[in-house]
Amino acid sequence: MLPDSSVAAAWRPGARSDTGGRTGTALSLGVVSTYLTVVVVLPIAALVWESQRNGAHTFWQVVSSPEAVAALRLTLAVAVAVSLLNAVLGTVTAWVLVRDEFPGKALVNSVIDLPFALPTIVAGLTLIALYGPQSPVGVNVAFTRTAIGLALCFVTLPFVVRTVQPVLQELDREMEEAARSLGAGEVTVFRRIVLPNIFPGILSGVALAFARAVGEIGAVVLISGNLPYRTEVSSVFVMNRIESGDSAGAAAVAVVLLGISFALLLAIGGLRFLVTRHERA
Amino acid sequence: MRRSLLLVLVLTCLGLAAASAASARRDGTTLKLVAYSTPKPVIGQIISAWQKTSAGHGVSFTQSYGASGSQARAIVAGQPADIAFLSTGLDINSLVGAGLVSPTWQKASHGGIVADSVVAFVVRGGNPKHIHNWSDLIKPGVQVVTPNPFSSGSAKWNILAAYGAERKLGKTDKQATAFVQQLFRHVVSQDSSGSNATNTFLAGKGDVLLTYESEAYAALAAGKDIHMVIPKQTMLIELPMVPTNTPLSETQQFISFCQSAPAQTIFAENGYRPVLTSVLKQPALKKWRLAYQGGSRLIFKIKDPLFGGWAKANKIWFDPTSGRMLAIEQAVGGPSGAAG
Repeated sequence: MLPDSSVAAAWRPGARSDTGGRTGTALSLGVVSTYLTVVVVLPIAALVWESQRNGAHTFWQVVSSPEAVAALRLTLAVAVAVSLLNAVLGTVTAWVLVRDEFPGKALVNSVIDLPFALPTIVAGLTLIALYGPQSPVGVNVAFTRTAIGLALCFVTLPFVVRTVQPVLQELDREMEEAARSLGAGEVTVFRRIVLPNIFPGILSGVALAFARAVGEIGAVVLISGNLPYRTEVSSVFVMNRIESGDSAGAAAVAVVLLGISFALLLAIGGLRFLVTRHERA
Repeated sequence: MRRSLLLVLVLTCLGLAAASAASARRDGTTLKLVAYSTPKPVIGQIISAWQKTSAGHGVSFTQSYGASGSQARAIVAGQPADIAFLSTGLDINSLVGAGLVSPTWQKASHGGIVADSVVAFVVRGGNPKHIHNWSDLIKPGVQVVTPNPFSSGSAKWNILAAYGAERKLGKTDKQATAFVQQLFRHVVSQDSSGSNATNTFLAGKGDVLLTYESEAYAALAAGKDIHMVIPKQTMLIELPMVPTNTPLSETQQFISFCQSAPAQTIFAENGYRPVLTSVLKQPALKKWRLAYQGGSRLIFKIKDPLFGGWAKANKIWFDPTSGRMLAIEQAVGGPSGAAG
């Protein structure tokens, strides 16, 4: 189980001694794997087990039912749209927060994290009050697919901002200055210097936002109207299955949702690996 | 909005305080009541009335309120409960299935029911769309709000009421089912629970909300600009309260108290139809007697041969893999039906 000591030493040149390093590694590895097992692996294994309780045939019947497929397509489409929107607007937000100076910047910086603190069901309620039939600003999008996107944008806003911001802060401005002194325009500087540096951060943020958007229920359940085939997302479909006493069906759809999300997250991770390969070379 | 958020916060704090106060009093027996969400205020009044009697003196309560189906599942999963007060006999049957409630619970006094309600229409103030009967719900341009039948007990009552009303008007099984499908073409929101559907309607969505008469009275009492219509044919909503298989003498005494005149009066004053109808003869309850017994209405029950009881009705209509509502939802919202 233990890594070869020379590799371990090469990894951590500052380790006090080989023995100490190895004991430490074994201990931390043990703690981490136990923790992950209890918190993530066992529950997911139980979920997969539950989804297979009534046999593979029933599993397939549930996940291929027209209503489940419609919900899954809607969920993935909205999650992808929200992630892409976040990629752009989240990066812009991070840029403004790092590069621009304006009064109240510290306040805006703190506001970014608020969606995390608010119970998402309250977010749903607030959005209905603001952008619903009795909207004080005259915008009524509640109970539509747009509303689902809006609610998910709200809860996923912090991810890209918070993954791009530290990278931007660490970014060496001299590289940009050098490029400019060599005659590069702003667009070229951004495209050739800034973007390659922050792209891995954007990808991490997008992956987090996507995963969250796929699984979110609280913010969506009130504002979507839950019309089957039209505004019903997978998480709500799963909840309806549970409420009807069909927990195996609920687990089956959840497993498919997890599988697709996992594949997409792996793909994003692979892309991140590719764009950062020069750092490891 | 900010005011209602504040209200939620205050209520939560009060709830926590009340819960801790209730659990702090350990001088006598504690009964664990697990109930569906809407009767919380009325049950609170009944409990304090009971605690003033000799039988209830010194008995304290822990109270848990939530969506009926979720509460039933929680009890099955091991949440301690002495008394279950749920919104459908179907949820009680799931406790029977788990061996927690006697299979003969309907043999108890009043069939195990402590209060009734009926399926009602809630419309906007002044009834601008002139909604009076079931057929008015499918007029062009009428938008209906009802919860999702696969997650909400309230939605199940609504659908069976719509079907039953058509049958009572002489329609065939096929015609009445087609009516339900047509009704669902007018449904603009299928919230996860009855109370969420009420909130959606009160937030301004739709022309008609299908809900319990008792819920409508609660919204009216809160001063909302709405109007209630009880259709000529509607369904009786029977609310069961049962002891779970833990033999405490106080459990049965409390349930009996709920069916006695003092508690039935409290139910009647809060918009619930009493099962002990004699309490409506009290002069002070004249307004409620007229509300509950006035007009000539045809009110049918789940035991009606049209439905054959909860187990059968649920299988036919709401089975998550084969129920009629699956096909109706698909016909209405699916790729082929979206245009219709």
